[in-house]
Amino acid sequence: MARQNIQEVNAGSMADIAFLLLIFFLVTTTMDQEVGILRILPPPGDIEEPAPIPERNVYEVLVNANDQLLVEGEPMDISELRSAAILFYTNTTDDPDLPRLNLVTKESVLLEMANVNDLLSMNSSNSRLLQKKKVLEKKQHALNLIGVYHEIPSNAVISLTNDRSTSYKAYLAVQNELSAAVNQLRDEVSMNSFGIPFKDLDQSIKEDRERIRAIRTVIPQRISESVRQ
Amino acid sequence: MSKFVKKGKKGTPGISTASLPDIIFMLLFFFMVVTVMREDDPKVKVRKPNATETAKLEKKSLVDYINVGPPNDKRYGTEPLIQLDDSFAELSEIRQWIKDNRERRDEAEQPAITTSLKVDRETKMGIVTDIKQELREANALKINYSVNKGSSIEN
Repeated sequence: MARQNIQEVNAGSMADIAFLLLIFFLVTTTMDQEVGILRILPPPGDIEEPAPIPERNVYEVLVNANDQLLVEGEPMDISELRSAAILFYTNTTDDPDLPRLNLVTKESVLLEMANVNDLLSMNSSNSRLLQKKKVLEKKQHALNLIGVYHEIPSNAVISLTNDRSTSYKAYLAVQNELSAAVNQLRDEVSMNSFGIPFKDLDQSIKEDRERIRAIRTVIPQRISESVRQ
Repeated sequence: MSKFVKKGKKGTPGISTASLPDIIFMLLFFFMVVTVMREDDPKVKVRKPNATETAKLEKKSLVDYINVGPPNDKRYGTEPLIQLDDSFAELSEIRQWIKDNRERRDEAEQPAITTSLKVDRETKMGIVTDIKQELREANALKINYSVNKGSSIEN
């Protein structure tokens, strides 16, 4: 028998089929990036009665049911909150109503470290001491990268209280301003020490990761939330 | 010398469209790769609030969404409702939902799971606080307030 010629399939409509699929995917694609404000909730369980915190170390921010702001007993506009929060973190004017900053130096940390190690040698499983040691190690790390810095006391906190009828947008605006204050301070530290803004540091690069860790130690984010019933 | 004299009809030849399918296919593959299918159709209306201090959500596969807002269907009223996956849910169902989502994923990835709250801007904080309390109890501590980029003061 003679060799049969194999008929070729006409590929002319291939483009049409591809077009059809293309248009389908074009329509279903959503390119928008999900953005948001990240927060870590406190772990569950009833909070044990905290040790009394000196008045000057608590910065009270209240949002009432009408979305009005009361900061340290004074009404305030949302646009002023950022600079007010920055003042709380830095206390440049040495205001007696704001937390007193401690100077952290190599010597002071070494001294404390020796103390803790001493106590640990007697009781090596004390979780509180181990915690303290971890904190000191973080400080050493920050000192190595950034140098001498002022830190706010470990119990200094911005206490954000809202009403159950506060609107979500007002609450988020306050959260946003408080974040902005921290970010601005971190940017300043980062610019001074490393020459690039904090937000441009890249988590995936080891060197930057170390820097982020150091900056977070120097400028910690301290927000505690509660709801008025 | 007549070698160089052009013969036949003059006129521009048409551009070959033979490579058109290839180009289209290339585009097609691009869109196929970047497409993320909508996972749940929205049953509540969420107009996100604005904020400036935003962070990008990494690893979309590790994010669970809780939508809160007034229902699209007016038969359910106008009060904000909670939507988990594809259906309305009660507050008490959140814990089980978190647990199910956790078990669905690899053990190594579990600490990275983020719960994203997509909440309508006019919602009262009461319901949001309750949800946050439930998340705390369920030990889903990493949360994200979903927002649009923009000035929060003009909210």
